[in-house]
Amino acid sequence: MNRIEKTFRNNKKKVFIAYVVCGDPDISTTIKIMNILVNSGVDLIELGVPFTDPIADGPVIQKSIERALKKNINLNDVFNVCTKFRKKNKITPLVLMGYLNPIENIGYKKFSKTAAQSGVDGVLVVDSPPEESSVLSSVLQENNICNIHLASPTTNKSRLEAIVKASKGYLYYVSLKGITGSKISNIKSVERSIDMIKKINKNDLPVVVGFGIKDKQTAKKISQISDGVIIGSSFVKIIEENLHNKHRMVDNINKYAKKIKTSIVNK
Amino acid sequence: MKKINLPKLPNKDGHFDEYGGMFVSETLMYPLKELLKAYTTIAKSAKFRQMLTKELTMYVGRPTPIYYASRISKELGSSHIYLKREDLNHTGAHKINNAMGQVLLAKAMKKTRIIAETGAGQHGVATATACAKYNIKCVVYMGEEDIERQKINVYRMKLLGAEVIPVTSGSKTLKDALNEALRDWVSNVDDTHYIIGSVAGPHPYPMIVRDFQSIIGHESKKQMMSVYKKKADILIACVGGGSNAIGLFHPFLNDDVEIVGVEAGGYGLSTGKHAAPLNKGKPGVLHGNRTYIMEDENGQIQSTHSISAGLDYPGVGPEHSWLKDNKRVQYVSVTDKEALKAFYYLTEKEGIIPALETAHALAYAFKIAKKRKNKNILINLSGRGDKDIDTITKMTQMTL
Ligand SMILES: Cc1ncc(COP(=O)(O)O)c(C=O)c1O
Repeated sequence: MNRIEKTFRNNKKKVFIAYVVCGDPDISTTIKIMNILVNSGVDLIELGVPFTDPIADGPVIQKSIERALKKNINLNDVFNVCTKFRKKNKITPLVLMGYLNPIENIGYKKFSKTAAQSGVDGVLVVDSPPEESSVLSSVLQENNICNIHLASPTTNKSRLEAIVKASKGYLYYVSLKGITGSKISNIKSVERSIDMIKKINKNDLPVVVGFGIKDKQTAKKISQISDGVIIGSSFVKIIEENLHNKHRMVDNINKYAKKIKTSIVNK
Repeated sequence: MKKINLPKLPNKDGHFDEYGGMFVSETLMYPLKELLKAYTTIAKSAKFRQMLTKELTMYVGRPTPIYYASRISKELGSSHIYLKREDLNHTGAHKINNAMGQVLLAKAMKKTRIIAETGAGQHGVATATACAKYNIKCVVYMGEEDIERQKINVYRMKLLGAEVIPVTSGSKTLKDALNEALRDWVSNVDDTHYIIGSVAGPHPYPMIVRDFQSIIGHESKKQMMSVYKKKADILIACVGGGSNAIGLFHPFLNDDVEIVGVEAGGYGLSTGKHAAPLNKGKPGVLHGNRTYIMEDENGQIQSTHSISAGLDYPGVGPEHSWLKDNKRVQYVSVTDKEALKAFYYLTEKEGIIPALETAHALAYAFKIAKKRKNKNILINLSGRGDKDIDTITKMTQMTL
């Protein structure tokens, strides 16, 4: 069993997922942030892989990616960060989140093998829907890595069935029609969509919700209706606001994560 | 005659063999499929086609003529230079062929808002024009650098009632304008139709834009026979995203004719500062499709350089990648300098000021006209050069 599956099975609370971009502000701080996130209650880390053209991301994450790219952060650095993190932490699942081209560039086989060796448990490629990712999925599976897919408010029932079937680890439900950093507007419709997914979903694939979750109240509500909560832009914003004071950066991330953690409900 | 029999592509998933496809985030899968459905039902209907043909005739000014450039033909040797005058279209470029078709389609789909990206501003102007005519809200994304070098077109779009949003992310050119337009679309899928300006982007755009632009090739084939009683031996067009090129080429793909696409060589292919993915790039995934792209050793998209904003793009339409690999079309490049020379040459000898994009096709045509004997060379004169006067004046001040 993969770490992702274990986490969803064994966790007492709903799963708390944090997203940060690898290499912003720098490699060593990213590792520090990852460890702090775990200490303050984060159950799973999505690590953003920088790409020049992040079409699904809003300004906050775009800028973070641009800062990482200025430092020439690439897949190899991401693998190194994962390897270092994994030396001390054998439990927290790591998911790489990014865009397809850097993966095409090094090749699916080499990517999957190196990812597995670096302790990566899942991969979420934003611009690779199930229709285009059967080859990548099977190579990832050979390496015991979950290929995680998105579902969104525009996904209809027949696509949902295909997506659920193609998904491993968990299903990432995008709460809104929009880019990262937007604000959730309609929790009721999120709830309806999750109910629909749960009905389709016979193999009990966990469904987590991301995009637009920033505060305790929303995190609480979302954790009540899903299997987990993903927070990205808010963490990245703390990084952006404290670029000149890394102590405070790490400290504020710690406080914010702890605050959110208290609002996440038990299973 | 050589027998050529290329398969009809894209297939139903939008693939041209390994190229093309729908590499987008989940939210966009629905509007893309909705668009495909509308296109295959509405746009293929006789009623829609009649309406579009009428508008293209009475409003855009089609068919555009093919002009025999006798003075330069004589000067360059024994070959004959023919120009398909897309510059004579309303708004001054081929881009309006696609904009008219897609705005009509958006209307039929009951969309109330149109967005577009633009590089040279020609697609932006064409879209803003069609939106004004059909009374539909229009938002155009344009890189800050392109706003600077194509100012005249920015004024035109504003006069036409479009909102022009400057894009300041990344390289501040066409690629980033496309990113921003895609982000807008994800956020407004219900009421908004996105009109991509070239044969790039996810399926079904490369097919839709190609079909709307193919009127160029269909007309050309007829006109060469009816007006000149000749067949073209060589077709030449510039390739940015590749819409004017595929528009001319597509109806000829199974004919016995040489076909050449001309990419932007910028400062020269060896300098790395160019926009010639088919010549120097490799296959990758950008803006929703798999195609030749310019990327660094880590798969990051490289910034490009071309004197012409409309060619300044690190990708190219997936059908061109397919036509490169199967060798049906030859892809070459022309530098900024060579393009400028051709710009002046056509202006001074034929009284036609071409767009800097088009000047790339012209430069290559002039080059081979000197070498090849008795060939009928048909060039897609994709647009007029008024928009480039600013750039040209600055250049001359520099080189005088
Ligand atoms: C006159 C003209 N020609 C060519 C192009 C390049 O686009 P495409 O390759 O799609 O024809 C442009 C783009 O702006 C243009 O304005």
